[in-house]
Amino acid sequence: MGNKQTIFTDEQLDAYQDCTFFTRKEILRLHGRYHELAPHLVPMDYTNDPDCKLPLALIVNMPELKENPFRNRIVEAFSEDGAGNLSFNEFVDMFSVLSEMAPRELKAIYAFKIYDFNVDNYLCKEDLEKTLNKLTKEELTPEEVELVCEKTIEEADLDGDNKLSFTDFENMISRAPDFLSTFHIRI
Amino acid sequence: KRANRRPAAKRGGAKGRGRGADEDEDDEDEEEDEAPRGRRKKKPTKKRRDASDDEDDSEDETPKKKRGGAANKKKGGKAQDSDEEDSDVGKGKKRKKGGGKKGGKEEEDSKGKKGGAKGKDKGKDKDDDKDMKKKKKKKKDESSSDSSSHSDDEEEESLSEGEMARLKEEVEEKKKLIANIRNKPWRMKRRLMHLKEAQTFVDKFEGALGKGKGRKWYAYKVMMTKVLMGLPYGSVPRKTVPRAEQPTAQDYSVLMDFQTLCFPKLTQSVHLLDVFNLPGYCKYSVMFYGYYNDQRTIGLLKFRLPLSYLMVGIGTFGYSLMVVIRTMAKNADVGGGDGDEGEFTFSWKMFTSWDYLIGNAETADNKYASITTSFKESIVDEQENQKDENIHLRRFLRVLANFLIICSLGGSGYLIYFVVKRSQEFATRDDLSWYEKNEVEIIMSLLGLLCPPLFETIAELEDYHPRIALKWQLGRIFALFLGNLYTFLFALFDEVNTKLEQEQAIKNSSIWAMKEYYANYSRLVNDSEATPPPMDPADVIRGPCWETAVGIEFVKLTVSDIQVTYLTILIGDFARAVIVRFLNYCWCWDLEAGFPSYGEFDISGNVLGLVFNQGMIWMGAFYAPGLVGINVLRLLSSMYYQCWAVMATNVPHERVFKASKSNNFYMGLLLLILFLSLLPVVYTIMTLPPSFDCGPFSGKAKMFDVIMETIDLDLPAFMGTIFSYAANPGLIIPAVLLMVLAIYYLNSVSEAYQNSNMELKKKMQMARDEEKNRRNNTDSTNQVMKDLEDLLPNRSLIPLAPPPEPGQLNPAQLCTLSSPTKTKPGSAGKGVNLEKDVALASTNPNTRGPVSRPPGPRGPGSMAGPGGGQGRGRGRGPPLR
Repeated sequence: MGNKQTIFTDEQLDAYQDCTFFTRKEILRLHGRYHELAPHLVPMDYTNDPDCKLPLALIVNMPELKENPFRNRIVEAFSEDGAGNLSFNEFVDMFSVLSEMAPRELKAIYAFKIYDFNVDNYLCKEDLEKTLNKLTKEELTPEEVELVCEKTIEEADLDGDNKLSFTDFENMISRAPDFLSTFHIRI
Repeated sequence: KRANRRPAAKRGGAKGRGRGADEDEDDEDEEEDEAPRGRRKKKPTKKRRDASDDEDDSEDETPKKKRGGAANKKKGGKAQDSDEEDSDVGKGKKRKKGGGKKGGKEEEDSKGKKGGAKGKDKGKDKDDDKDMKKKKKKKKDESSSDSSSHSDDEEEESLSEGEMARLKEEVEEKKKLIANIRNKPWRMKRRLMHLKEAQTFVDKFEGALGKGKGRKWYAYKVMMTKVLMGLPYGSVPRKTVPRAEQPTAQDYSVLMDFQTLCFPKLTQSVHLLDVFNLPGYCKYSVMFYGYYNDQRTIGLLKFRLPLSYLMVGIGTFGYSLMVVIRTMAKNADVGGGDGDEGEFTFSWKMFTSWDYLIGNAETADNKYASITTSFKESIVDEQENQKDENIHLRRFLRVLANFLIICSLGGSGYLIYFVVKRSQEFATRDDLSWYEKNEVEIIMSLLGLLCPPLFETIAELEDYHPRIALKWQLGRIFALFLGNLYTFLFALFDEVNTKLEQEQAIKNSSIWAMKEYYANYSRLVNDSEATPPPMDPADVIRGPCWETAVGIEFVKLTVSDIQVTYLTILIGDFARAVIVRFLNYCWCWDLEAGFPSYGEFDISGNVLGLVFNQGMIWMGAFYAPGLVGINVLRLLSSMYYQCWAVMATNVPHERVFKASKSNNFYMGLLLLILFLSLLPVVYTIMTLPPSFDCGPFSGKAKMFDVIMETIDLDLPAFMGTIFSYAANPGLIIPAVLLMVLAIYYLNSVSEAYQNSNMELKKKMQMARDEEKNRRNNTDSTNQVMKDLEDLLPNRSLIPLAPPPEPGQLNPAQLCTLSSPTKTKPGSAGKGVNLEKDVALASTNPNTRGPVSRPPGPRGPGSMAGPGGGQGRGRGRGPPLR
């Protein structure tokens, strides 16, 4: 368009618009945010798909994520290599899923991934303990943690394998009244 | 998606009509069924019409056929479009179009012309046709769209129809993919790739088949939804309330609403320090009843002050009642909404309690604390369930505790009664100390200060679950406050009655004084004809004006309450915190952890204080309108003051229990106190005669006479008759009866709903159990699981290697389909065919067969049995099963 500098081609913007819950303007804004995380690394010109990834440490310092106890997991869940390096695509992806418009099902999938600390596609006790400790800043006694994790699994585990599969998780989260309003980042 | 299809279908229909097709097509709802027929009718040979109609009907009996027809219809419509757009259409093309339009026709053609090769299973035939000739057709399509010089014989034409249909399906499918691609749990790269693929496909073939209007329409739709749903950033304020404010936030908002709405104009500054010296200047200020006079109309607009005074006084109650009850109903609604609460207590706490919007460190800290508390709460709940103890001892202790509390309640009641009596005695004397003047207020405030901790100590005996204990505690404090308030009120009534007697005497004396004044005047002037100048109002002997006296009592009570609250916070919390904090350096034991420690935020006391305060406003506002203003100031300042105190000097309650859970409990208290404060006010309005010389109702026998007066003087005569009829007992009694009946009816209806609710809950529980069992037995092939696996990080990528193609077809993947429990981290590839079935998009209402069918080449095996065809038609479930 008539901008001073072309960051994306029209096709790219259209494609992003189709693939995310963002409008053109928001995509450009996101690029701005991404760019300002590491101005020397991220090119302004994205028309030829530069291969550029930002490390986890930079991304979790965004104000949107800084206070989140799961910030590392969020970034890791959205990075293709699992180590938290995010390309711009993945960056957009992350905020698209966490946006207001994303449907519950999609959010549930990524929430599941975020809480799956050991990346085995199951929420086992270990994952739950980590989640809980992050949520409470380890203020609960080990017995309490144990109890809570046991109760959680007992509540949500439908197939009795003592860990939560995605189906269990989805079944549980789909009825949670607060999930949509809390699993949501505005950027 | 549907919206996407709609225009296409419509276009088809419109075209059909334009060509003089049957009127049947006008009905858009029936379009899907009718359209094929309509198209068939377009066939040049009119003779065949009836026959084809019959055939159509017979075909309709087999759902498979119908679907095919419907699908073809759409395609047909598009084909028409594309054909028309090519302006240089030749005859051959028209023929082709005619064929392409009709789905059922194709079968006829193939049956008739190819000669029974297909036998009875027409649907399968169709598939067969398509599959076999697909390649060829595609080519042909392209060529046909490219150039119009094209001649095909009958057979080829029919083939091209099938192919067209096929292509249409694919295009539709791709479009669907494009529409829903954002809902797929894929990596962005894969999404972009698929999008590109799909778009090129659609562009390529839609160009051949029709205009890409669908896409534009879709883009428009997306834009609209974004406009409608996606508010711009920052326009919605952060909604997380700091924890310390949560218990009070709701009450504040409700309480503040009343005040700001009821008397917004009356806020005015009051010299708080003077108030203790009432009667002073304030006594005659706008704050009190006595300020307003009985002028019937004021100004050009004839503002009727007495009438509005009464209306506002009564309207406040009406509005308050409405708000409280509506809030309660709303809360009850919310409570009923997630009826299966308790099923997932811990899970929900674990996975949905963190608010991802939090971006502020302090808020985050509060959230951590609140989450910890809520977990502790649930843990205590859980442990409570498992506990089992000596029930006799506990019962004894509880009875004892209640006995003690009743004793202290009675004691405090008597104390107040005693003090009030004494103050009436004092009222006749002049040589009073400051303490004696304000004894009642001081005693009441002290009781309010000392009793709650006492109750709390006693409640330790009972050993209730904290939340229940909290309710008991609240109930007791409430009883205390209420008892105090009512004792106070009764004493006040005594006073009012004496004032009324006094008034009678003063009235006589003031009339006498007036006569004297005139007599003196005429005697002094020696001219009996001269009109004496009106007496200076300051010299008139005044009645006691009991309404103002009542108002003053309430204002005094409020002011002393404010002082006590603020001082308590300053001394009890702040000074304590300072001492604990700084003396801790040089003390023999640990002050912070040991005895004094820091104060805790007293939720119950504060909430009840608010409720009680609101009750005083309701009660007092009629006699002291300025009370509202004082309270607005008080609540505003105390909110910030208390917020500061809580953040700076208090520690979180050891066992804080969310007050918001028992919202309706507080609302119930509020309603109760509203009712109780409404009683005395309405009683005085209806029965006591207003003061003869002060206030807007002076001179009237009863306050509500203003209404009668207005009806008589200001409204047309017939209104008066109407009102007199309306006030007739003969009308009122039936009305009351009707209301009772309505209540009874609604009550029984709600009971019925409750029953059915229970029934449904039971059913849900059963369904859940069933589901559990089912899941135990079948390892379901879940497409979402596959996607999840697919999203596992690819460790091989860490050294920034080029990522593997996520979309490539991996035959091995097909085998793992039936055993999703086997996780293969890093298996990025997945069959293109499989992806189509991820029905993630909630916006995808399209369950019809043709679209959900994978576009890839389908082996002949898939059409082996009729069952396969059916399943595919429903569009659910993996096609390979």
